[in-house]
Amino acid sequence: MNDVAHKITGAGQPDGIVACWSCNGPIAADALFCNTCWAVQPPRPMDHFARLGLDIRFAIDTAELDRRYFARQRQLHPDRFATRTPRERAISQNQAVCLNEAYEALKDPLSRATYLLKLRGIDTNPDGCNTIKDPTLLMEQMELREGLAAADTREAATQMLREAEAHVNQSLAHIGGAFAAGDLDTAGRETTRLKYLVKLVDEARTRRACFAPAAAAPAQS
Amino acid sequence: MNLLQIHEPGETPLPHEGERGLAVGIDLGTTNSVVAIAADQKAEVLRDEGGTSLIPSLVAYLDGGEVAVGEAARRVLLDRPEAVVGSIKRLMGRGAGDLKALAGALPYEIGPPAEGGMVRLKVGGRVLSPVEISADILRAVKARAETALARKVDRAVITVPAYFDDAARTATRDAARLAGLEVLRLVNEPTAAALAYGLDSAAEGLYAVYDLGGGTFDFSLLRLEKGVFQVLATGGDAALGGDDFDHAIADRFLKERGGPVDSTGAKLALVVARLAKECLSGQDEWIGTLTIGERASRHALDIRVLETLIDPLADRTIEICRHVLEDAGVEPAELGGVVLVGGSTRVPMVRRKVAGFFGREPLANIDPDEVVAVGAALQAEALTHGSDTLLLDVTPLSLGLETMGGLVEKIIERNTPIPVAKAQEFTTYQDGQSAMMIHVVQGEREMVDQCRSLARFELRGIPPMVAGAARIRVSFAVDADGLLTVSAAEQTTGIESRIEVKPSYGLSEDEMARMLRESIEHARDDMERRLLTEAQVEAERAASAVRSALAVDGDLLQSAERAAIEAVLTRVDAAVAGLDRDAIIAVAEELEEITKPFAERRMDRGIRSALAGRHVDEVNT
Ligand SMILES: [Zn+2]
Repeated sequence: MNDVAHKITGAGQPDGIVACWSCNGPIAADALFCNTCWAVQPPRPMDHFARLGLDIRFAIDTAELDRRYFARQRQLHPDRFATRTPRERAISQNQAVCLNEAYEALKDPLSRATYLLKLRGIDTNPDGCNTIKDPTLLMEQMELREGLAAADTREAATQMLREAEAHVNQSLAHIGGAFAAGDLDTAGRETTRLKYLVKLVDEARTRRACFAPAAAAPAQS
Repeated sequence: MNLLQIHEPGETPLPHEGERGLAVGIDLGTTNSVVAIAADQKAEVLRDEGGTSLIPSLVAYLDGGEVAVGEAARRVLLDRPEAVVGSIKRLMGRGAGDLKALAGALPYEIGPPAEGGMVRLKVGGRVLSPVEISADILRAVKARAETALARKVDRAVITVPAYFDDAARTATRDAARLAGLEVLRLVNEPTAAALAYGLDSAAEGLYAVYDLGGGTFDFSLLRLEKGVFQVLATGGDAALGGDDFDHAIADRFLKERGGPVDSTGAKLALVVARLAKECLSGQDEWIGTLTIGERASRHALDIRVLETLIDPLADRTIEICRHVLEDAGVEPAELGGVVLVGGSTRVPMVRRKVAGFFGREPLANIDPDEVVAVGAALQAEALTHGSDTLLLDVTPLSLGLETMGGLVEKIIERNTPIPVAKAQEFTTYQDGQSAMMIHVVQGEREMVDQCRSLARFELRGIPPMVAGAARIRVSFAVDADGLLTVSAAEQTTGIESRIEVKPSYGLSEDEMARMLRESIEHARDDMERRLLTEAQVEAERAASAVRSALAVDGDLLQSAERAAIEAVLTRVDAAVAGLDRDAIIAVAEELEEITKPFAERRMDRGIRSALAGRHVDEVNT
């Protein structure tokens, strides 16, 4: 009988059952804790959505994302294991690293769209290639950047920032629609556009910061 | 409350956790240090007999090897300035090149550096590193806590400026180890302050913490929500604080006075400058004398001149606030409040500027000098007794590697939640290249020479290949204390060379070992105790796991088998209560061995029931 059990466990992990590292008993492969000895379990490979218990989709409720992330960090963060054994502390750190990675990838819509496309086998940034191949997108981005370069007061820069933010929101709506309709080509194209728009928002913020309000400008000494 | 339980001498030793000393929170400040303890989420700042909470971060090295810390060191300062050292926090993890001169003289006397490159100071006839001096402050802090609590204190949460780099964090950890304190966690000062403030006021929403201490400025943006303290962004300057106000004032006095200045003169000018500054937070004018050697000079300072002197410094802090908020896309009006931390926020002009920028009166309900220690104490309790609160912090500075042409390739961006681990692949640029220099830097600039160098190491033994064929994977990991570990491995051949990084300005293991040996009270037990505790907790963990398994699957054993396991468990308990590490390890191995058949039967049962469960599911669908 022992021999049989050995062969089955030796054959891999049938039915998603693995041995708990602490009590050596059976646990589900995706369990965070052993349900016999309550030892924390190491993170298993899974996609970022599964890591946080979410369905794979673009339109996620960010409040729900936060709730899931906080709830899991409450269980797994190294602060919960400060007085435990070195091994449990190391496992908890690995778990927290995976949670942070998943949260960072899904929190921001641009990285979420990029990740979703990657899961579907579409690379929106082949080999770090940064040239725009789509002529319409190229024209639009050039015009927006010319507009930003011409903004020479804090008000004008703020105006450009608002405009860029409006473009971002509109682009996000397109991406959401495309993912919902299963139109990955459009989602991919629009995600590339979003990447440039997000950069534009950053540049507009930097531009605006050049014109600090007079009241707090550094005093002459 | 079990806080003040006293262990009677001669009692049967308790399991090791009961023997542990108390865990406190320590704000190891540039100017002052504070220690606090918490129970049931209520923190208490520990005071001396006179009711004072602040321990001046001053150390005097007297004749006959005597060391005085705090007020006792301050009393020595005017008579024997060369024997006293202060503001040592500014030198943690720093090189001599980072020191700020005053009228051409440093307020420290620099000695030969330690072998690891760490700066060393000459003080009271001794040559000491900032780590050793900080350890002396921590020993005094620990002693204050032990006197106040009448119990042993051996664990602590220690706060560090959010903007402290890796070298400074490591130096702080080393200092605690020298002082006989186990660091449960390094917590960023603004985060600790937010914890104290949030738990005190049940605040929710976006909050900013403006922390202007003696030597460092930190600004953090946090989201507070139902016991979660999530740092969204942080910025600051690790070399901007109330000390710089003192420097500006002292500089003026020394110019007024004229003549040459040595390091003792610079030190005395700083003492008088601080006195003048502190007077001017309550009155409009100060007049006093600066005596260096035989010569005394009279100086006057009014509030208007003081404000002109420190105006550029205060503006720089506001610029940092603006930058962090703009970076995070947050308007000042969106904040639920701005919390003031640090003694330098007592300067009226600083308060005015903060109120002006944020468009509201800042919050200072908790004493700005004590709020950080209170937060640290609350976190110490949370770590040792469990808690529902959660601190989620970020890396303050980007971490990267030097690449071709002196450029920085960022691996971990600033404001990334920690703990974090990231890896990137690099390749060789010459045919047959057999080694690669890995230069780890911290900072936001694109060029290596504008960032802080943390460590250099060489990955050797790369097999000969054409340029660009090798795949060297460099992994960065930052733990919950904000400490970095870097390793590198060549991938294509499966040959792994791994090297752990030592910070450039840190102590080598040998230096650390020597200092531990020299610090008599810990030489015997530091390392041994560490290893013993590890063996104890590990054996306890294993025994408790087996007991849980017996409770659930005990029916898989025959009574003789069960009795045999229980006999070993009893011996594990006995070993854990003792001090023989080898005995603990031996009996824990025995437990592992004797429970193997039990574990196999449990796995077998688990797999069978999983298979059965799937059959049921398949029938149902
Ligand atoms: Zn288990």
